[in-house]
Amino acid sequence: MERTERVVIGLGTVVMVLFFIAIFVLATGFGIDVPGCVTEMKPFERDTLFQTGDKRYELHVIARMWAYQMPPVEIPAGSVVDIYLTSGDVVHGFHIDYTNVNLMAVPGTVTYARARFPQPGEYPIICHEYCGIGHQQMMGVVRVVQP
Amino acid sequence: MELTRSYRHLILTELIVPIVLLTIGIYGGLMQVLFRAGVLHYDPLLRLLISTLGNLFGVEALKNIDWQSSIMYYWGLTLHGVINAIVLTTFFAVAFGNAVVPYFLRLPLNTRIGWLSAILMLIGVLLAAFAMFTGQASVLYTFYPPLKAHPTFYLGAALLIIGSWVGAANWIPLYRRWRREHPGEKIPLAVMGMFATFIIWFIATLSVAVEVLFLLLPWSLGWTETVDVPLARALFWFFGHPLVYFWLLPAYVMYYTMLPKVAGGKLFSDAAGRLVFVMFILFSIPVGAHHQFADPGIGTQWKWVHTFLTYAVALPSLITAFTVAASLEYAGRQRGARGLFGWMVRLPYFDRERWLFSYWIAGLIIFIFGGISGIVNASYNLNLAVHNTSWIPGHFHLTVGSPVLLAVLGMSLFLVSQLSGKGVRLKSLVVAMPYLWLVGVLIFSFGMMRGGLQGMPRRTYLGAGALNPDMQGTVFFRADWAPYAEIAMVGGIIMFIAALLYFVAFFSTLFARRTQEATVEFPVAEVYHDEPVRALNRLAPWVVAAVVLIIVSYTPVLYDVVRSSFKPAPAYVPEYNVPEKQLQETSRQEQPLGQ
Repeated sequence: MERTERVVIGLGTVVMVLFFIAIFVLATGFGIDVPGCVTEMKPFERDTLFQTGDKRYELHVIARMWAYQMPPVEIPAGSVVDIYLTSGDVVHGFHIDYTNVNLMAVPGTVTYARARFPQPGEYPIICHEYCGIGHQQMMGVVRVVQP
Repeated sequence: MELTRSYRHLILTELIVPIVLLTIGIYGGLMQVLFRAGVLHYDPLLRLLISTLGNLFGVEALKNIDWQSSIMYYWGLTLHGVINAIVLTTFFAVAFGNAVVPYFLRLPLNTRIGWLSAILMLIGVLLAAFAMFTGQASVLYTFYPPLKAHPTFYLGAALLIIGSWVGAANWIPLYRRWRREHPGEKIPLAVMGMFATFIIWFIATLSVAVEVLFLLLPWSLGWTETVDVPLARALFWFFGHPLVYFWLLPAYVMYYTMLPKVAGGKLFSDAAGRLVFVMFILFSIPVGAHHQFADPGIGTQWKWVHTFLTYAVALPSLITAFTVAASLEYAGRQRGARGLFGWMVRLPYFDRERWLFSYWIAGLIIFIFGGISGIVNASYNLNLAVHNTSWIPGHFHLTVGSPVLLAVLGMSLFLVSQLSGKGVRLKSLVVAMPYLWLVGVLIFSFGMMRGGLQGMPRRTYLGAGALNPDMQGTVFFRADWAPYAEIAMVGGIIMFIAALLYFVAFFSTLFARRTQEATVEFPVAEVYHDEPVRALNRLAPWVVAAVVLIIVSYTPVLYDVVRSSFKPAPAYVPEYNVPEKQLQETSRQEQPLGQ
């Protein structure tokens, strides 16, 4: 191969390695991670919001056609919420705007993410997976208030 | 090489059928941007057409369609996705291979098997079209269970895939004969590219064939009650990423073996092309979990493995960017360019006699943005910012929706003109089209991607949801998305006009009078650097390596998916929020006894 060609392939490899290191640091150093494999929890039957400590909450959500039916989530700024999500029927999405919570609700399984809400405000929840005729209306909200 | 009538008609059929269908698919795209922006709430043209037909033939069902229903958006979106991304691309890949393989090997194709393949694919398309057009398969082109489609949808998809297998299997005897007759020679690069395309396609579609034939079809027919959704999703995405390379590689074959010739230069490096095709065979499949970063049931360590391999499959595209640019630079210098960047302006962008160039170069310029945004999607935790937002369709209209589409459209017109012996008509329109598309798609994708970063979802009828004026004043009304949906609409309208130009030119050519001998004569690029790399001559060892890599990367994924799945799901149809079975029982109860 041409020398320039070898240089380009080498540079391309270096760039991809740098990208990989960057996202690895993001995951390990900054704790921004994707959902994994949850096997210790079976799909639950009820939507619930528990308070587990000072500014600590656990939220169980069952996404259903075509609404989120969990109790109103109104929490103080600075809260940390452990979200467990499943689906009661078809596949749904669960994206909390302005956060890194971006989950799929898949029937038969449970998924998990930890959400932090340092700032007060209204955080819309969007169903971003097509789930039937009413999909576009499937939205929710997390209200974060001044403590 | 003499072209038989059967051979000409085979390829013409495989090219013209999807282009005719594409008119519907593209029209669907226009409707989606209008619906999303909230400009239209029903399709007035379609309503006029269908209700006129209903009145003419006295069909009550056609008169009583609820045009305002939200399902119409998803009905159109399903047609848009299936026709544009599955039907067009599969038919084209087979048709292109049917032209390329015999041409470069100088051996005649067995047209009987060719027709068997075409007929299987046609029956498949008719079956799936029946389900989609009658509104019994509004499940989008990913058809995620437990939303259920009519059985003919799944059967049609299976037949389309099997037909494409038969089409590609038909090239194997030619390959073997050529090898026997040319011992020790390198197989032509274009032929190697087409084989790479279909090796990837075959391995990938095995998985979706298992999903369709063993999980979805029996379930849709009512033979099984429930379906394991996480397993179906993993099987789908095993197929879903290599699908992308199945779309892309025929375009790569053109970029490597034909583009340099049309540009007036030579292919910079033959070995680079071979290396790229081999790398795609190796890395395009064991990366599917990067479409499932947000999915439950797959351990993060396996998601890391798939991320790593995805970065590996980015390399062949980086190499291609270099080789294609180097080939074009050589072409520009041959045409008298000076200085470091002079070659860029010396290329035949608007040359009506080299009109194919415009389809390739416009696609390549757009692909720069498509490739970069693709790396964002594949970057593990960065995906959390974009997953299932409109960033994603913004991205893939810059890949499959531009470089692939433009290569397919250009080559279809080129081959139809040659095979039917009719000169290309309206060349000014033909040359202008790709650049108009470029303008449109860049505007469209900017709106979609920027809105996506703001959380605007994909596959959502926003005009009846977050952008519905009735919602104003609530937290659910998203004024911040409105400008981006509108920018995407403007881009979409420009894309639609560009496509119209193409259709006018295509059908004018098709219905013109025959002016020349029917032929297939590809522009074949000479090679600038040609060196033998023995390791890249045979595909078999690389296929074995790919299979090993797939087993290593996918076994743990499937293991996780199965062990995290507690309960299979019954079937749902998109219109109701209770299982289909329950729905049938209630409707039985509601019927008065004795009727």
